Amino acid sequence: MKVLIPTPLRSYTREREVEASGPTLAAVLADLDRRYPGIRFRMVDEQDRMRPHVRFFVNGEQVFELSRSLTPTDEVQIVQALSGG
Amino acid sequence: MLVATRKGAWLFQGDATRRTWRVDGPHFLGHIVSHLVLDPRDRRTLLAAAKTGHLGPTVFRSTDLGRTWTEAARPPAFPKAPEGETGRVVDHTFWLTPGHASEPGVWYAGTSPQGLFRSGDGGATWEPVSGFNDHPQYWTWTGGPQGGTPDGPKLHSVIVDPRDPAHLYLGMSSGGVHESLDRGRTWTPIVKGLEVVEGFDPATLSFHDPHCVRLCPANPDRLYQQNHCGIYRLDRPSTEWVRIGRNMPKRVGDIGFPMVVHPRDPDTAWVFPMDGTTVWPRTSPDGKASAYVTRDGGRSWRRLDGGLPRQQAWWTVKRQAMSADAGDPVGLYLGTTGGELWSSRDEGERWSCVARHLPEIYAVEAAQR
Repeated sequence: MKVLIPTPLRSYTREREVEASGPTLAAVLADLDRRYPGIRFRMVDEQDRMRPHVRFFVNGEQVFELSRSLTPTDEVQIVQALSGG
Repeated sequence: MLVATRKGAWLFQGDATRRTWRVDGPHFLGHIVSHLVLDPRDRRTLLAAAKTGHLGPTVFRSTDLGRTWTEAARPPAFPKAPEGETGRVVDHTFWLTPGHASEPGVWYAGTSPQGLFRSGDGGATWEPVSGFNDHPQYWTWTGGPQGGTPDGPKLHSVIVDPRDPAHLYLGMSSGGVHESLDRGRTWTPIVKGLEVVEGFDPATLSFHDPHCVRLCPANPDRLYQQNHCGIYRLDRPSTEWVRIGRNMPKRVGDIGFPMVVHPRDPDTAWVFPMDGTTVWPRTSPDGKASAYVTRDGGRSWRRLDGGLPRQQAWWTVKRQAMSADAGDPVGLYLGTTGGELWSSRDEGERWSCVARHLPEIYAVEAAQR
């Protein structure tokens, strides 16, 4: 599926839009990390919690659980929260 | 000079006379870089502890003096907690220490919240030092999740005894000073003689706030400490710190962040006092910036403000942001919370400003290629 990458994470992907696959958001982020090592830990901490200032949207709707199911036609958007003023 | 700031890192390369400096940077512009350290064992490897305001913490590594960087494959991180328990999360890596000369590739890292981590492969992968992080007294020492400094409780001042790679010291804000004789498997607090904030019990470890602890290379049995409550010296095998800051001028006091030791003379050490009165402004006392030096192990102190602003200097120097080189005379380097970089080629007698308008400086390490 299509994953949109915010500018702070493009040092990993070099692209605004990349492909990743998996049946859940957690699986998609694990796949992203296989393709772009280190990217997941910048977004998800060691207790598998989303970091406080990173947001995940699926088809335009914010997702709060990494266990959220996904289908191959879904579009995942990762954004940096508007928490810096 | 390796300069870590709130908005990136810079390398300042000096000529042989330490008079002119060539700037290389920014590296990691926009990253909060807490520490940037050169490996003295190969003089090529640099490690940078970094995060951003939004993204999680990581460690970057360069083996060509900063021309190229790679990210740690496994940065410092606490273990995943069992189901139903709340696990700890590294907010940022705060402190980096190269391991013993006989152990190339070994590094230690201190984090916020307090955690000790070790790398055996030059900073590519990091493992928690369980003997410390899972110590039965860990929560008693650290005071729990609410303890520590306003921007997060910190583990810092990781020291490896140059005579023995198994002999370690560390400091925690808050949590006291601790020693291990077995590579970090077991730990003993060393806080006797240290004072805590008035009205609190010094027997409680979490009230202890060492800001910076340094071991003298010329006498590894001597340590100096700048603490939240004074300047201290410890001569091993004694385990009792002596408050040598009582000999500082009363109007200046003995509060500050950094502690710097001389590479060859264990009786010489430098501090940079700050205002720790009332609400703790953490600025130069009375707006008058100055380092102080002792040449007699803390029995007396002398003001070193040549070239520094004599008034309206409302900044201070953080605990990693002052260091000494191995030159003769010793060169001193400091970075301010106002983004200025200063150096002295004569052990602090005269200071010159090397750079202005940098972001808030968190760390300045003197490094020799």
